[in-house]
Amino acid sequence: MLNNFVMPDLYPAAPEIFLLLMSFLVLFVDLIFGATRRWMAAMLTVITLLGCTAITLVTSDGQTTLTFSNMFVDDLLADFLKLVTYLAVIMMLVYSRQYMADRGLDKGEFYLLVLYATLGMMVMISAANFLTMYLGLELMSLSLYGLVAIDRDSTRGTEAAMKYFVLGALASGLLLYGMSMIYGATGSLEIGGVAQALYQGQAEKPVLVFGLVFLVAGVAFKLGLVPFHMWIPDVYHGAPTTVTMFIGSAPKLAAFAMALRLLVYALFGLAVDWQKMLLIMAVLSIGLGNLAAIAQTNIKRMLAYSAISHMGYMVLGLMSGVVGGQIDAFTAVNAYSSALYYTVAYVLMSLGAFGMVLLLSRAGYEAENLEDFKGLNKRSPWFAAIMLIIMFSMAGIPFFIGFFAKFAVLLAAIKAGYTAVAVIAVMFSLVGAYYYLRVVKLMYFDTPVDSAPITAGLDLRLLLSLNGLAVAAFGVFPDAVMMVCTTALMRSL
Amino acid sequence: MNSQLLSLAIWVPILGAVPVFWVGSERRTLVRWLSLAVAVAGFLVTLPLYTGFDATLSGMQFVEQAPWITRFNVQYLLGIDGISMPFILLNSLITVLVVLAGWEVIEDKQAQYMGAFLVMSGLMNGIFCALDGVLFYVFFEASLIPMYIIIGAWGGPNRVYAAFKFFLYTLLGSLLMLVALIWLFLESGGSFNILDWHQLRIGMAPQILIFIAFLVSFAVKVPMWPVHTWLPDAHVEAPTGGSVVLAAIALKLGAYGFVRFSLPIVPDASHHLAPLIISLSLIAVIYIGFVALVQTDMKKLIAYSSISHMGFVTLGFFIFNQIGVEGALVQMISHGFVSAAMFLCVGVMYDRMHSRMIADYGGVVNTMPKFAALFVFFSMANSGLPATSGFVGEFMVILGAIKFNFWVGFAAATTLILGAAYTLWMVKRVVFGDVANAHVAELKDIGSRELLVLGLLAVCVLAMGLYPFPFTEVMHASVDNLLKHVAVSKL
Repeated sequence: MLNNFVMPDLYPAAPEIFLLLMSFLVLFVDLIFGATRRWMAAMLTVITLLGCTAITLVTSDGQTTLTFSNMFVDDLLADFLKLVTYLAVIMMLVYSRQYMADRGLDKGEFYLLVLYATLGMMVMISAANFLTMYLGLELMSLSLYGLVAIDRDSTRGTEAAMKYFVLGALASGLLLYGMSMIYGATGSLEIGGVAQALYQGQAEKPVLVFGLVFLVAGVAFKLGLVPFHMWIPDVYHGAPTTVTMFIGSAPKLAAFAMALRLLVYALFGLAVDWQKMLLIMAVLSIGLGNLAAIAQTNIKRMLAYSAISHMGYMVLGLMSGVVGGQIDAFTAVNAYSSALYYTVAYVLMSLGAFGMVLLLSRAGYEAENLEDFKGLNKRSPWFAAIMLIIMFSMAGIPFFIGFFAKFAVLLAAIKAGYTAVAVIAVMFSLVGAYYYLRVVKLMYFDTPVDSAPITAGLDLRLLLSLNGLAVAAFGVFPDAVMMVCTTALMRSL
Repeated sequence: MNSQLLSLAIWVPILGAVPVFWVGSERRTLVRWLSLAVAVAGFLVTLPLYTGFDATLSGMQFVEQAPWITRFNVQYLLGIDGISMPFILLNSLITVLVVLAGWEVIEDKQAQYMGAFLVMSGLMNGIFCALDGVLFYVFFEASLIPMYIIIGAWGGPNRVYAAFKFFLYTLLGSLLMLVALIWLFLESGGSFNILDWHQLRIGMAPQILIFIAFLVSFAVKVPMWPVHTWLPDAHVEAPTGGSVVLAAIALKLGAYGFVRFSLPIVPDASHHLAPLIISLSLIAVIYIGFVALVQTDMKKLIAYSSISHMGFVTLGFFIFNQIGVEGALVQMISHGFVSAAMFLCVGVMYDRMHSRMIADYGGVVNTMPKFAALFVFFSMANSGLPATSGFVGEFMVILGAIKFNFWVGFAAATTLILGAAYTLWMVKRVVFGDVANAHVAELKDIGSRELLVLGLLAVCVLAMGLYPFPFTEVMHASVDNLLKHVAVSKL
């Protein structure tokens, strides 16, 4: 019946709608000018994301608005995460321009897949219903599978995409299974409805916990936590470096949003249960990630294992929200905002680290081995310094943003009474320091094996410099980003 | 409210390093003079800290306060008392000398070399000024970065191993300290102010744990036996300037940490575990003294002698009497001068011979009389000869130790024999005797620049040995206050 139809409020979803419409334009432009003017698709993609930024900024009113029959939410947290996502994607596009052009990969598909993956992330970030979450997740994942295999002739890329797809599909299955169990127990797919049912205590605990296990497994897969981390090294290694950079940055924000929406917003009542699961996975990730990274000779693989350990640290914040079953708003905001801050800091560092790999690569040459960093200080003191900043930041040494991220997370963990876990975590960060230091050693103490001049374009150099300086500047003045993270979370819980 | 003097002491060298990096190593003359200008400026801004210091006050002076991380109530809180003030001056002075010492010797990447030392200098000033736990930690750990680069990039053949060992050992300690700092923050109800922590009441069990966390951190830095093994490696491999800064300043950071953190924050644990620290200190003094005796490498010998001397410092702190603590502080400053001078002397010889082995030398006095005079003088100071600064600190600590317990004092006093034995035996083999080989015969005596550096240190050593009053005067009130504070139980 038409008169029963109520037009949903589209306003909160304006950025998503804009992006979708623009993606059609990109599609057409690529169809018409794709062969001759490839830069047009790239330019349009960046314009789209800038447009999304503007729309998100304009429509952000700090209020929590639900729309599409309570399936979609627009709150301050979503706005903030989306803005960081746009920024990360734009940075990735600028970083990748020359690399993709040199390899003939700057096709329309690349930009479209990036746009759809971004759309998927945005939907995940704004999901207020299990189905919306799943929809966003699949849109993002499927686009990413395609992106990993974007270089058709690369067997390594294809293999990585296969692995990613098979494991990713399995994880999606687990997630769906978990969701269905929770639906069975609570009778609701809405995040608010599930929380309500748990609060009233009508749901059956065994079914809930059973579902929770699967849900946590699905989330852990997306975050890349041990023991669901197997795909990370292979995908990071096999994908073209720009795609690795993409996977290593913005999707972490979406995965964080997914963890937060599912575990905190929906299943806060089961926090005591999932905190224990996360605890084990966090410790394992920090341990295995840092140990395995030492053995790597390929920097993409090294950064993959480092990503595993970083996500472990992030989860350390995520699991510290509820202390001894007592719900205390201050502790919760403190813990979750530390995890959010960690994710944002990590995305910034990760972009910079892969940017360095792109800087050293050139047409027909992949600078993806640690050896390629040898003697960089002789070739370019400036970029050696930028890499030094990023590596020390990842190792958690002050004055860089990585230190304050670790600091915030450790503080949350100790506040929640996990002092022993915090000690273990810092001890493993000592292990981690070793391989970051090794990169610095290669750059500063060794003589170059590769003396080719660095040919990267001005855009990459400029962005990389800014990226590195931001890692340092947000370390000297960490207050602003921390406050934004805290405010975004506080106003959205 | 006073001025921004402490901020200047920190940021003048650090920001001054930026143009030094910028100029680049190609323009060597400009880089040298610019670095010297920055280092001298960095030293000059610290002078008002001494002249404007009120020695009658025991509290913090030149305090600066500004919010830094409001989220965790972390403040940019600086201040100095009589304990920390001398070290800022010492550090800034040593930086000038290090720049001069690297004038001609460093040929590779000189701008980065000078810049790294300037950054290091500012960061270490920050450690001595910081009154906020996080600020302290941030400076403490950030100072590892330039030192890591200095050892690894300009060091000897085994520099990579030494640089890693240095970094990871020190990081191991400081990470545990970070956990302790966060614990204190939560326990104190949300304050990172060190002075608030001084007043915080803590139970015995947490006190012990915090003490251990701090101990690991500071013991590695001092370094105390048995976590001292990174130091000989780092010293041997580091370039002369690196050794000088390590010995003169970086080692003091650990000892300073004991006075600023361990003693006042956890006094009961400090008293309880004092026998442990005293034993470790005596082992450092005696056992490491013997180890120094058998070294064949001059830098290694001085490194072990440093450990032995630092054993005196920790001993002085944990006997809890005025003369002991003040003696330890005097010993720290004196060791700053003497060890810097000793490493510079070895550097002078190394620049000419490219060897640090005692066996390669002999009869240096015949070819380098001016140098030999200075070297012998500093060696005397190193072995604690009266009228040099080395004597004052050791004597005070021994007096304090005898007051505390005769046998502890007796054991500590053996250093007067051991120190003399290893230092003078080295001098005998290197400086005196006939010219050992053709290389020694070709040695040229020190030039005016080297003479200036060593001469300046000689004046300091002598002045402090003859008239230590200006040094003890400024620290008297603060030490008195510290001991009163430590004597009160916090349980």
